[in-house]
Amino acid sequence: MSVPARRIRWSAVLDHSILIIGSLIMILPVVMLVQMASTTDLHTTKFGPGWVFGDQLPVNFEKAMFKADGFSGENTGLRMLYNSMILGFGFAIGKIVIGMMAAYAIVYFRLKFATLAFWVIFTTLLLPLEVRILPSYEIVQKLGMLNTYQGLIIPLIASATATFFFRQYFRSIPEELVEAARIDGAGPIKFFIDILVPLSRTMIAAMFIIMFVYGWNQYLWPTMITTDEGMYTLVRGIKQITQTLEGTNLPEYGRSNLLAIIAILPPVLIVIFFQSWFVKGLTESDK
Amino acid sequence: MKRAGFSDRWLPVLFLLPQLTIIFIFFYWPAAHALRSSFFLQDPFGFGETFVGMKNYTMLLDSASYMRAAWFTVIFTSLVTFLSLSIALLLAVKADKVIRGAKTYRTLLMWVYAVAPPVAGVIGLVLFDQSWGPLRDFVALFGWDFRLGVNYFDTAFTLVVMSVWKQLPVNFIFFLSGLQSIPRSVREAALIDNRSAAGRFWDVTFPLLAPTGFFLLIINITYSLFDTFGIFDTQFKGEPGNNPMTLVYKVYLDGFRGNDLGGSSAQSVILMVLVLALTIFQFRMVERRIHYT
Repeated sequence: MSVPARRIRWSAVLDHSILIIGSLIMILPVVMLVQMASTTDLHTTKFGPGWVFGDQLPVNFEKAMFKADGFSGENTGLRMLYNSMILGFGFAIGKIVIGMMAAYAIVYFRLKFATLAFWVIFTTLLLPLEVRILPSYEIVQKLGMLNTYQGLIIPLIASATATFFFRQYFRSIPEELVEAARIDGAGPIKFFIDILVPLSRTMIAAMFIIMFVYGWNQYLWPTMITTDEGMYTLVRGIKQITQTLEGTNLPEYGRSNLLAIIAILPPVLIVIFFQSWFVKGLTESDK
Repeated sequence: MKRAGFSDRWLPVLFLLPQLTIIFIFFYWPAAHALRSSFFLQDPFGFGETFVGMKNYTMLLDSASYMRAAWFTVIFTSLVTFLSLSIALLLAVKADKVIRGAKTYRTLLMWVYAVAPPVAGVIGLVLFDQSWGPLRDFVALFGWDFRLGVNYFDTAFTLVVMSVWKQLPVNFIFFLSGLQSIPRSVREAALIDNRSAAGRFWDVTFPLLAPTGFFLLIINITYSLFDTFGIFDTQFKGEPGNNPMTLVYKVYLDGFRGNDLGGSSAQSVILMVLVLALTIFQFRMVERRIHYT
């Protein structure tokens, strides 16, 4: 019935509507957390989330960052932020350094046991930490690494995702490059540091973003391994947040929601600002 | 394989050493330990252990609560995978089609990737709060008396909704990048051959996206099994009670809370076999995919 030109416009309206609804579904829940963090706890307890923002953000921020609960008084937001940073950076850097080294050895050297090393390393891709969580806990306990940063970070590194990623990437680099470097007299270490690492800059950045977000967002492992409140990360601290909401007194919605927002802010900002690297790293890691 | 390379003997070993050490201590050792413990019954007070053979396994299969968790895991995984894949596909197709605002939509639809699962759990608690949860109020309009944490079905519903919400961005990113890698020539040829947009989608786009979809299927299954732990744990507020739970949550609960090491190890081993089977299946399909393209 309608004119073709008009029909096309209607389909565009439909497309945009679907996308807008989708975007709202992604955004509104988090806006709701912000709104609840901006009103008084009494208001939230009575009426729940609403459309009007209050002026309590600074007050709640103060509480979230500097007030601690629990016995030791050590799990302030600031302390948890610090621990999260260590976990995020430690995990990302550790994983990339170890992964690049292993991938370099596998791709660029003639090793007798290369195939064996490859399988030993890549079997780890098959079983996530969650599957072997209890025995891992026992071993960390035996090694006396409970409530330490090493105990938090190193077991998480024991899977070969970064190694696999760099292996794929190194193999896509033309062979002529090694030949040329060797003719020019570059040894294996010089080739690695002066040629391969600079060449992989974009890949390292992409991997760093993915690994940082992954490390930062870890929940189960930190929950088991850190019992000392001074060692809590923000994401692990969320468990405490929900449990205080169950308290008999006035639940501290403002403080707890603001803590949840602080917990998601750094990884969200990184993903948004370094979007193209992040998408590249994510979609190219599976090939 | 690369033929050119350095021929040093000890340098590569040195390069491999950190990775191998960590893997042996924190991967193979715990995995072997789990396998071994699954055949033993541990004394709860730490005084020795007795070899019981397959008893830990047979007890699991006889346990009503384990089978209940197993069934819930199957249903939960299928629902989360199906819903998050299909909604993400719809959004990706639309985001690939629009011209204006494409970049903004892309950002808005993917940033939730960085939100930690337990925060998604907290959001679920608020959305379906007993007294003023906005979504609880919404479903109440249809006469649904939603009781999060009390009613088994309602709790499961919240878990599925929040797990899908959290997983949409990953699927969206992969589908969009899959769509964008379809060559322009193919699209133009399809445009000439097939006037209807729906027909073009099912005949051309969908088959071309199948490899991405298959890869995502595995990703989504592992996500539903493992990464949703944080969503479950925050929803339960430390009191799982009679709530629906996945097999991974049960491993944690029985081993860490219930101190049943043998049983929990047997559960770990069952999960390992499951994931192993899934991955081998995936590798096989990936091989086939390489032959196709």
